[in-house]
Amino acid sequence: MKMNPLPGHDCETCPARAELEQMGIRLENYQYLVALAGNPNTGKSSVFNALTGLRQHVGNWPGKTVSRAEGGFSFNGVRYKLVDLPGTYSLLSASQDEEITRNFILFGQPDCTVVVVDATALERNLNLALQVMEITGKVVLCVNLMDEARRKGLEVDVRSLAKDLGVPAVPTVARTKEGLHELVRTVAGVVTGEIRVSPVRASTDPALEDAVSELAPLIEALAPGLPNSRWIALRLLDGDHQVRQALLRGEFAGLAEKQSAAPTRSGPLIALEGTR
Amino acid sequence: MTPPPGEQKAAEVLAKADALRQGLGEGFRDQLVASLYQESQRIARRSVRRSGTGGWSWDQRIDRIVTSPILGLPLMLVLLSVVFWLTIAGANVPSQMLATALFWVEEQGVAVFQAWGLPFWLTGLLWNGIFRGLAWVVSVMLPPMAIFFPMFTILEDLGYLPRVAFNLDWLFRRAGAHGKQSLTMAMGFGCNAAGVVATRIINSPRERLIAILTNNFVPCNGRFPTLIMLGTIFVAAAFPPALASVAAAASVVGVVLLGVAFTLLASWLLARTVLRGEASAFTLELPPYRRPSILRILYTSLIDRTIFVLLRAMATAAPAGAVIWILANISPGGVSLADRVAAFLEPLGNAIGMDGVILLAYIIAIPANEIVVPTMIMVYMGTGMMTELDSYDQLRQLLVVEHNWTLLTAICLMLFALLHNPCGTTILTIWKETRSGKWTALGALMPLAFGFTVCFAVATVARAFGWGS
Repeated sequence: MKMNPLPGHDCETCPARAELEQMGIRLENYQYLVALAGNPNTGKSSVFNALTGLRQHVGNWPGKTVSRAEGGFSFNGVRYKLVDLPGTYSLLSASQDEEITRNFILFGQPDCTVVVVDATALERNLNLALQVMEITGKVVLCVNLMDEARRKGLEVDVRSLAKDLGVPAVPTVARTKEGLHELVRTVAGVVTGEIRVSPVRASTDPALEDAVSELAPLIEALAPGLPNSRWIALRLLDGDHQVRQALLRGEFAGLAEKQSAAPTRSGPLIALEGTR
Repeated sequence: MTPPPGEQKAAEVLAKADALRQGLGEGFRDQLVASLYQESQRIARRSVRRSGTGGWSWDQRIDRIVTSPILGLPLMLVLLSVVFWLTIAGANVPSQMLATALFWVEEQGVAVFQAWGLPFWLTGLLWNGIFRGLAWVVSVMLPPMAIFFPMFTILEDLGYLPRVAFNLDWLFRRAGAHGKQSLTMAMGFGCNAAGVVATRIINSPRERLIAILTNNFVPCNGRFPTLIMLGTIFVAAAFPPALASVAAAASVVGVVLLGVAFTLLASWLLARTVLRGEASAFTLELPPYRRPSILRILYTSLIDRTIFVLLRAMATAAPAGAVIWILANISPGGVSLADRVAAFLEPLGNAIGMDGVILLAYIIAIPANEIVVPTMIMVYMGTGMMTELDSYDQLRQLLVVEHNWTLLTAICLMLFALLHNPCGTTILTIWKETRSGKWTALGALMPLAFGFTVCFAVATVARAFGWGS
């Protein structure tokens, strides 16, 4: 099954047709790894199903996806592996679904993380997006449920949202596949580096900021080239057991090595480069 | 022994982090969270504009009724009863049609095999063993599932399930368990193994264990057909025809409520003994009501659920059918193996209001609960005269007239269908989620202990009143 080609393109004649092909469970030889994160019940599984053609169970209640699902799609002939992560409200506590999500974004090194947010509850949803952006800058915000927002009389200015966050934002209605083509095009832009990202960081208290800037260089000395030393410093200051253990086992140094082995694709603002 | 240099450096960094944390003081984590919220709020407010009030009041008005402290629970009961009533009333006719058709196929198959002069044991094993088991599973389970699952999926898609959790939350908290357990319990109505996996949404390990160990107290859809059949044959028969299907539905609802009550009781017991502690707080988001998409409901309920359960039942019913046929037809010393085992289990079965064959069926059905009733029937038929069970009346005939079932037998069996060991898949899932032989054993044996205790008590009291001896 194919989705509509981009509007404004005469795709019958252009050589590289901009098209999305659902690959189901065929994951071999994928070039980029894309993660799907988001609060529970924002339609992550709908996005996943629409892109991969798989039929991950979709239910209208939080906590539906507790383990991760994987599928594939191809766009303009480039193959992507898509991983649907459990829905979480935050990455700070230690329930198992949050751990799965956090570990995947941190150690799985996705080339792009799509954070699906509920357009009708942005205040609460952006909280998770900001936390993801602390770990990886390669984020695309998928502002889903735009139809419900319209029904409730909410106007979401997606451009201002993207500007404030420093990452691209795409309005979608996953159930009817509205905006999904644009979403995939944006993801493609982020993984190749054509779209530059400059994620905002939540401003913190000066004393905390001092502590972080004292600790982060030490972590970088342990794992040179690590892009998210600031986030790891924050987690250590919070006494996060898992991150402490990972540091002791030298897992971050391993990440940084993998990263420096990869060819640099683009600009300085890109946080995590995947390696295949 | 000195640690490798990398590890030593890492330990130094950790020590530094600990020292810095001391300097930051207590409120640091709250500040961190607050700063995230402030930033989200700031960005969200800048990009969202509210024009008019739209559909806000519509959602809220429904929620005020559905989750109201007074109307919430009764409304839930009514909804549940209607769903079961529609299932029972609607499944009867198609069940009989399917059974008539499939048993006609069996007859033809047997006739063909006999005409070809094939040995009796091959005919028996294939047609009277395997095929009859499959035919039973399809004709009795398919129609109720094809009605029940779409309705359940509609409620799920609408967003009603979290409201159920909201209504029940206070009960779980008072039992010392996590409020989200009401959600994993609701999931257990679909499949207990899925319910056990769903407990991952519970943060506290203590409360998660309670949710895992008690999930089996609600009947999964492998067990609903048994309950629906017993309700239809025995409970409904005690009422005039006009009320029969209502009474049957009420008995199934009663068993479901009992399941919830036992979930709470077992949680309470665990929270006061081996898993002591306080209930932790959480926020439950009530999602907006969404118009269910019809195609997706049909797909989810028919392919993901109905066909999935049916195939699983058939996959276990076929070998079980063969095993039972062999047990019933190998007779050293003139008494079949099935009869010997059943006779051995008879005293225990009798003490809890049932018989040895029922217990034998529960042992054979450990891989999947779906095949308890077909197993029982095959053992009864293999040992007695061959009956064609193409209607509920004939099934009733077999159980009541030929094997002395009473209303007490049916009630004890309904209770035992609710309270017994989880199926093989669920036990395996409990082990996978807990990685502990101890908790897995408790999860498997606790419901069984409840079942024996409750059935024994019911049978003893009933017999003391000279009722259904």
